[in-house]
Amino acid sequence: MKKKFLAKALSVMMAAALLTGCGGGGGDKQSSDSNVSSNGGGSGSDIITVGFSQVGAESDWRTANSESMKSTFSESNGYKLIFDDAQQKQENQITAIRNFIQQEVDYIVLAPATESGWDSVLQEAKDADIPVIIVDRMINISDDSLYTAWVGSNFKLEGQKACEWLKAYAEAKGIKELNIANIQGTIGSSAQIGRTEALNEAVEANGWNLLAQQTGEFTQAKGQEVMESMLKQHDNINVVYCENDNEAFGAIDAIEAAGKKVGPDGDILVMSFDTTKAGITDTQSGKIILNTECNPLHGPRVEEIIKKLENNETPAKQAYVDEGIFAYGTDVTNVNIDGTDYPVTEVTDDVISGRAY
Amino acid sequence: MNKDTFKNITSKRLFMPIMCLVIVLLANVIKTPDFFKITLENGVLSGYIIIVINRASELVILAIGMTLVTAASGGQDISVGAVMAVAAAVCCQILSGGEVSVDSLASPLIIAIIAAILAAALCGAFNGFLVARLGIQPMVATLILFTAGRGIAQLITKGQITYIRVDSYKTFGGYIGKCPIPTPIFLAIIVIIIVQLVLKKTALGLYIESVGINGTASRLVGLNSTLIKFLTYVICGAMAGIAGVIASSRIYSADANNIGLNLEMDAILAVALGGNALGGGRFSLMGSVIGAYTIQALTTTLYAMNVKADQLPVYKAVVVIIIVILQSPVFKKMLANQKAKKTSGTTATEGGK
Repeated sequence: MKKKFLAKALSVMMAAALLTGCGGGGGDKQSSDSNVSSNGGGSGSDIITVGFSQVGAESDWRTANSESMKSTFSESNGYKLIFDDAQQKQENQITAIRNFIQQEVDYIVLAPATESGWDSVLQEAKDADIPVIIVDRMINISDDSLYTAWVGSNFKLEGQKACEWLKAYAEAKGIKELNIANIQGTIGSSAQIGRTEALNEAVEANGWNLLAQQTGEFTQAKGQEVMESMLKQHDNINVVYCENDNEAFGAIDAIEAAGKKVGPDGDILVMSFDTTKAGITDTQSGKIILNTECNPLHGPRVEEIIKKLENNETPAKQAYVDEGIFAYGTDVTNVNIDGTDYPVTEVTDDVISGRAY
Repeated sequence: MNKDTFKNITSKRLFMPIMCLVIVLLANVIKTPDFFKITLENGVLSGYIIIVINRASELVILAIGMTLVTAASGGQDISVGAVMAVAAAVCCQILSGGEVSVDSLASPLIIAIIAAILAAALCGAFNGFLVARLGIQPMVATLILFTAGRGIAQLITKGQITYIRVDSYKTFGGYIGKCPIPTPIFLAIIVIIIVQLVLKKTALGLYIESVGINGTASRLVGLNSTLIKFLTYVICGAMAGIAGVIASSRIYSADANNIGLNLEMDAILAVALGGNALGGGRFSLMGSVIGAYTIQALTTTLYAMNVKADQLPVYKAVVVIIIVILQSPVFKKMLANQKAKKTSGTTATEGGK
């Protein structure tokens, strides 16, 4: 009797586990479709098969990233995309890459969940002679030849742009004292490291006051909680430097709940990164005074690299995507970093309707 | 103070949990003198203490469910965080009618909330069936929803963060009209009172304890131990549902990846900090509630002291270790022995529970 129960229990669990597994991949029709059809073909024909292992769908940014890949590598453009959603798990990505190798895809594109632990699986890809293109986050690897190229954002430069803008804005508006609160991203992520580093350097160089620095883990809930606490601690904060849009939404909620006003005529200026559609909508109203872009549209850049490889050219090892600066009003028209000018775009209805994400 | 009454107080079950909370709070007085100051700002009460009580609400509600599950089955439900996400996803998806961001409700608030709590209770029932009926280890049984829950929530929201930008939905995580006290505080207190009443006015509390202490013996005296275990999991699921709705209302959205993230561990910790044995049996609901407030007090304290983000987990771990050691039966015994030595003659009758 007991054994029967155990058997039943085990089978229920297995079924559940299977369902979970399917739940992840099944959400994406394209993956199952292309999985079937690409099994036989791939190499030899004119169609280029690309296997893309995506981290997951944790944010609007990520969804836009996936969309960009899907639209770039569409069948009408002469590609066959095998899309795999790893649900934030590295082991799923490793399995996906092994599947890609088995299916003999022409190129592997990887948006890694973590920085380390890629050596052995990328070696397998190299042994199979499949070029690997890393997008978004960088990987930590002993042998650089294991990947062909990397496409992503320059997070430090994003931070520098934001800080330069702040400096110019403060001068234009005659703000003497800048008391900054920094809501950081998830500690250790490359976006957090780059953006925090740029701020710390600017604080040092310009003699600003950095009153508080705490992680909001890139989420709205944490951003709200941390801001609430910071406002209790310091009543003279006039700039909040959030490291993504979700944190900025939370921070604005907390500031308004405390009876203060955000915006150019209010008590506190909120700065943010990412420029999601919802984010720049708040920039248009001035709630987020500056939103520095973190461009998720990696598809075209990856395609450029693949085209070069097809023509037997060697692409650059690192390629940065172009990223803009979006602000409320026109007080600052451009910022200069290390001799390069970057224009600042005023957010208008056209800019917002032009956003895909 | 009279020695006997002092001993009476220290030997009370809730003494240690309360002491720990008081110590954590007092540590602030030195570093942040205005920690206890409550002011009326912008028409609402404001102050660190209010932040602690407000932010702890979800954890308190989760801890209540976790206490019952722990007491009856001698194991923990580690799926509550994921179930919160499921509830939030169901609630927001019904309210938005499938849109990603809405400014008006697609269906009545009450229906969405009831559906969310029912969905969460259903998750609880699934756990309960595995544990009570099939006799699977609670940790293993709830591991299924722990991993699958967020996937389910993602499927419900189609992988998007669904925003409900409507003031009436923000009430549950914000304020009711002009009331100066945050709503989550009321909700937590109401849940505590209802559960406490049910446990005290019916024999359910006693049944749960007896099933937890010895399931077979309870069955032999005529208790349906399977049903009672099952019920505790359903209650725990429903609690997670309520907590999920509050958490989602705070950010007026369903963030399937982050709502209730790692909260299951805090809920288990709250039960342990409350002086409850994680092996089941006798339990103290109030102990867990105090434990939950202690955890939030600790988090807010570390924010108030401006501890660097990368060091935050270390400080938290150290304090938790100290509190857990203070409450361990071995340490209490040692303390009792010490006392007995000092006042040799009086026999020490303290010990583990």
